[in-house]
Amino acid sequence: MSEPVHAAGNHDADVGMDEGRRDFLFMATGAMAAVGTVAAVWPFLSNLRPAADTLALASTEVNVASVAEGQSITVVWRGKPTFIRHRTAKEIEEAQSVNLDDLPDPQADAERVKPGEAKWLVIVGVCTHLGCIPLGQKTGDVKGDYDGWFCPCHGSHYDTSGRIRRGPAPANLAVPPYEFLSENVIKIG
Amino acid sequence: MSSPEFSNPIVRWIEYRLPVFSMLNHELHEYPTPRNLNYMWNFGSLAGFCLVIMIVSGIVLSMNYTAHVDYAFASVERIMRDVDFGWLIRYIHMNGASFFFIVVYIHIFRGLYYGSYKAPRELLWILGVVILLLMMATAFMGYVLPWGQMSFWGATVITNLFSAIPLIGENIVTWLWGGFTVDNPTLNRFFSLHFLLPFVIAGVVILHIAALHQHGSNNPLGIDIKNKGDTIPFHPYYTVKDMFGLGVFLTIFMAVVSFAPNYMGHPDNYVEANPLVTPAHIVPEWYFLPFYAILRAVPDKLGGVIAMFAAIAVLFVLPWLDRSPIRSAKFRPVYFVLFWVLLADCILLGFCGAMPAEGIWVVLSRLGTVYYFAHFIILLPLLGLYERPIDLPLSISKPSPSGTSA
Repeated sequence: MSEPVHAAGNHDADVGMDEGRRDFLFMATGAMAAVGTVAAVWPFLSNLRPAADTLALASTEVNVASVAEGQSITVVWRGKPTFIRHRTAKEIEEAQSVNLDDLPDPQADAERVKPGEAKWLVIVGVCTHLGCIPLGQKTGDVKGDYDGWFCPCHGSHYDTSGRIRRGPAPANLAVPPYEFLSENVIKIG
Repeated sequence: MSSPEFSNPIVRWIEYRLPVFSMLNHELHEYPTPRNLNYMWNFGSLAGFCLVIMIVSGIVLSMNYTAHVDYAFASVERIMRDVDFGWLIRYIHMNGASFFFIVVYIHIFRGLYYGSYKAPRELLWILGVVILLLMMATAFMGYVLPWGQMSFWGATVITNLFSAIPLIGENIVTWLWGGFTVDNPTLNRFFSLHFLLPFVIAGVVILHIAALHQHGSNNPLGIDIKNKGDTIPFHPYYTVKDMFGLGVFLTIFMAVVSFAPNYMGHPDNYVEANPLVTPAHIVPEWYFLPFYAILRAVPDKLGGVIAMFAAIAVLFVLPWLDRSPIRSAKFRPVYFVLFWVLLADCILLGFCGAMPAEGIWVVLSRLGTVYYFAHFIILLPLLGLYERPIDLPLSISKPSPSGTSA
């Protein structure tokens, strides 16, 4: 072990002389360094957030005039498949007549559509289990046991309101924020 | 080397298997350092810090950059306008390059003044020159990436330097471009290499530091360490001094980044690259200007290219051109003068490089170039034979024998 030689000054004389002041300087320097580090790191972390142009594309307008009753379309909203379904009277009836106590994620159909627009169902087509896209958009697709959507990855069944009925998914298919700009134009986001 | 005892059991567990803590302690804590280092010795660690700034900001920038001729310029503008703090990080990277060169040039001239390249530190110096070359290549390719007018025409001119090589020159240039002009393949490979080279630099920096710690830092007196009284432990004395210098550096750096971010840039590079129109007056970034002046000073294509590369190559053999056993210019009255003349000469060449190649500037470029090489090839070897040095002090901690202050 070699004790470093403090040739620059008489080390013994320093001890006990200004301990308090030295501690204060040490703490103040450390605090400033911490503040500076946070201030320096912040822009780099913030840089990874969605950029302004990405956010500017965060809403999508869709004209649904051509979607006939019983048809579905898939539009892209924020990079995610979004299902817009023109529901038949039978599907609406099925969705409304369910006993909410039977649902894993209880939610009335009325809460998932706009008032007076029950024929239009707008949901994000991403399974709430692990993010696959459920089947049921195309004619001929497996629609699951509840006539809605069926996720082939792990077997989640969704009903005509996009609510989870059976399978590992914990929640209903999400309803994105949207509004009717006119009778046939929907703005999602 | 003493092996310190660590009290933390986890540290001890790791230390027993991988002696990283004793290594850090040895190289950054007890590492005996000359007690008389002045602020010129701050620039080595500052250069290392610059490399870190450049790598961190560069990696983040690359996350939003598109290396394609149709998208590169727009992706940089997107970084400036749309990406959160993109403007700040790009300005840090842009000005970081300039400040990196400022720091490294001061570091190099420190080495020249105090004779830090002399035995036993020749390899340390040579590794430093290798780092300088790698930095130049990296900076040049980085400047191409925004795909502005200066990017494009800078790339065209610099790659065309290789066409001066007899017989195979044109083939080499085509090979460098990956096409018949600077185009998308060129941009792609420059991006790839611009990403790679900083890590190569980091590797050579590790060798540079290993070579440094073998014999320790030179010092303003340029004499060897004679006893323990000549040294102090690196920590806390030089860690604190380096941190203080870093604070001053960051203050100046951020002032420029914040208030004059384009001062050292060129407005033409905010015009998208146009392969059909060359800007009226093209100049490289300021840190290449002295070499650019040397290139243009020689009225022959191949000769100019050779002279430009020789201007750096001569630094590799500097330890053998300077025959004087005395390191520090403090004790070499003639070399002291020549050092300042060389520095003035380099600055003159820098101005010449920035000016159009006509009239008085051509004459000055040629005089400056001749003097630059004369300094290294003629004056330094002669000085080793004829210069009468001033008496050296006996040791760092003792006054000089003749009583003159060091």
